[in-house]
Amino acid sequence: MVSPNMKARTKNQAHSEQEAGVVETQYFTFAHPPHELRLECGEKLGPITLAYETYGRLNAERSNAILVLHALSGDAHAAGVHAGEDDPGWWNEMIGPGKGFDTNEYFVICSNIIGGCKGSTGPASLNPETGRPYALDFPFLTIADMVNAQRHLIDHLGIEKLLCVAGGSMGGMQALQWAASYPERVRSVIPIATAMKHSPQQIAFNEVVRQSIMADPAWREGNYYEFGQPEKGLAVARMIGHITFMSDQSMEEKFSRRLKNGAFSFNFDANFEVEGYLRYRGANFVKRFDANSYLYITKAMDYFDLSGGKLIRSGKPLQTRFLVISFQSDWLYPSYQSQDIVRELKGKQVDITYCELKSTYGHDAFLVEVEEQTELIRHFLGVTLKGYHSWNGQGIKYGGFG
Amino acid sequence: MKNNNLPERPDHRIIYEAIAPESRVLDLGCGTGELLYHLVRFKQARVQGIEMDKKAFYECVKRGLSVFQGDIETGLVEYPDGAFDDVILNQCLQEVRKVDFVIEESLRIGKRVIVGFPNFAHLQSRLMLGLGGRSPITASLPYLWYDTPNVRFLSIKDFLIFCAEKRLKILSAHFLGKTGPVTFWPNLFALNAVFVLTKGKEGG
Repeated sequence: MVSPNMKARTKNQAHSEQEAGVVETQYFTFAHPPHELRLECGEKLGPITLAYETYGRLNAERSNAILVLHALSGDAHAAGVHAGEDDPGWWNEMIGPGKGFDTNEYFVICSNIIGGCKGSTGPASLNPETGRPYALDFPFLTIADMVNAQRHLIDHLGIEKLLCVAGGSMGGMQALQWAASYPERVRSVIPIATAMKHSPQQIAFNEVVRQSIMADPAWREGNYYEFGQPEKGLAVARMIGHITFMSDQSMEEKFSRRLKNGAFSFNFDANFEVEGYLRYRGANFVKRFDANSYLYITKAMDYFDLSGGKLIRSGKPLQTRFLVISFQSDWLYPSYQSQDIVRELKGKQVDITYCELKSTYGHDAFLVEVEEQTELIRHFLGVTLKGYHSWNGQGIKYGGFG
Repeated sequence: MKNNNLPERPDHRIIYEAIAPESRVLDLGCGTGELLYHLVRFKQARVQGIEMDKKAFYECVKRGLSVFQGDIETGLVEYPDGAFDDVILNQCLQEVRKVDFVIEESLRIGKRVIVGFPNFAHLQSRLMLGLGGRSPITASLPYLWYDTPNVRFLSIKDFLIFCAEKRLKILSAHFLGKTGPVTFWPNLFALNAVFVLTKGKEGG
């Protein structure tokens, strides 16, 4: 089970002491008919493939596994690099030897969500019934469905109880959903820059994103796979996203009113630097992300609502520990939404650590603000795994597991 | 004399001794978490801290404590009645504006409330104010008038009257001087006081 990671570790030592090293995406297929996964919408989906990666080693007690959950456009490649490629995983700064999620100490798993387009079953996958991409025949998903699918992967890896589920943005929603769906299978939860439910403003942004894709004639009611992506619509959708990921201040710092060629062009080309940036981001995105996936995933986010006692159902006090993190300049998932999570947990007598971190990066901060998150997560995980009695406040000794 | 299982600060030691093993404890303004850490580690208490100061918050995090960064006046209402065995309000009451609200809420969510505060009527304060004509600065009230975090200035006698008015039952009272416990005229000789309170009968 852990052999690819051992390989990664060996190469990593030659590479750098601080990096997760060369990693490989793996695949797990389940829910073969007639045992399809029953989804919240009432439909069934199967077979399902999940793309996943792992970093570090599972200990003999199987007590050190952490499931890291990605955001809207993320994938299973959270850390390290793929052979022959340069791009590190999306949370490479946080996962690796000596990092926040210390792979010398923990076994870190990340899987692409169902509905995604990075190796897991999604609308671009072939429908076994027709031999063609699902497109809009793909069933509607919820965050709970994504988590249910991940649970099958965790079963497959032989892990009864996860040390932690952690993620930012939609990853944080999945982390909360894990606590709601399988409270007995998680020892701790780290929801970052996220919400217990999507607000009307968040739904509104997602609706504009979807309308942008669907308004592109190249979308063809979702049946574009033979013709190519609805590039214009998807690019605009992503541009909207990027505006919401930044903050007024970070845009001022990054672009101000700077012009690309020093003067007004008096035409509709990208004249301001911020225009160029958004166009560049949009154009890049269409190369790597399926438009229908974007529609389905944003809808799943909008359906998400664990408010009103759905986050923790049981009346008896939970042993699950929570570390809730928000960022000051994040206006897409503002701190008040994290504080709502904290308030909900207080009523359930759960151990909570909460902090609003200073940052000017807006929602992007959860990917960028490494130092403080590392400090918070490192200690939180250390105590969760080892208990207060062996915690010296200085960090954990490396290599002490077998 | 030094016992590693006991907190270093004398007021922390008094509170530590006052709390039963395996209690559920909420510490409002828990500082760097020295007291909570000892309660968790040596009394198997289940603890939660609230701390405003970022540096102190991170000290708590380093100790592995569950703590949230925030102010105590807004942090209490969501807790259900009787959620904790003990709610600690040590060395923070003098910084709180809505004192009676915080104590009332603390008594609602905790079975007992442990209050610790610097005594404004200590002999040294009286001399500085009464003879020197200046705002007092003492070991327990070390701030200059223009940069003090304190907004309330109370004496042991003030607090006793407050408890009587609010019908709070005092389970125990401890007084600390410069070198140790004070038993004689605490309102004159104690720098700090620690009270263990519970709701009086009339208060339900």
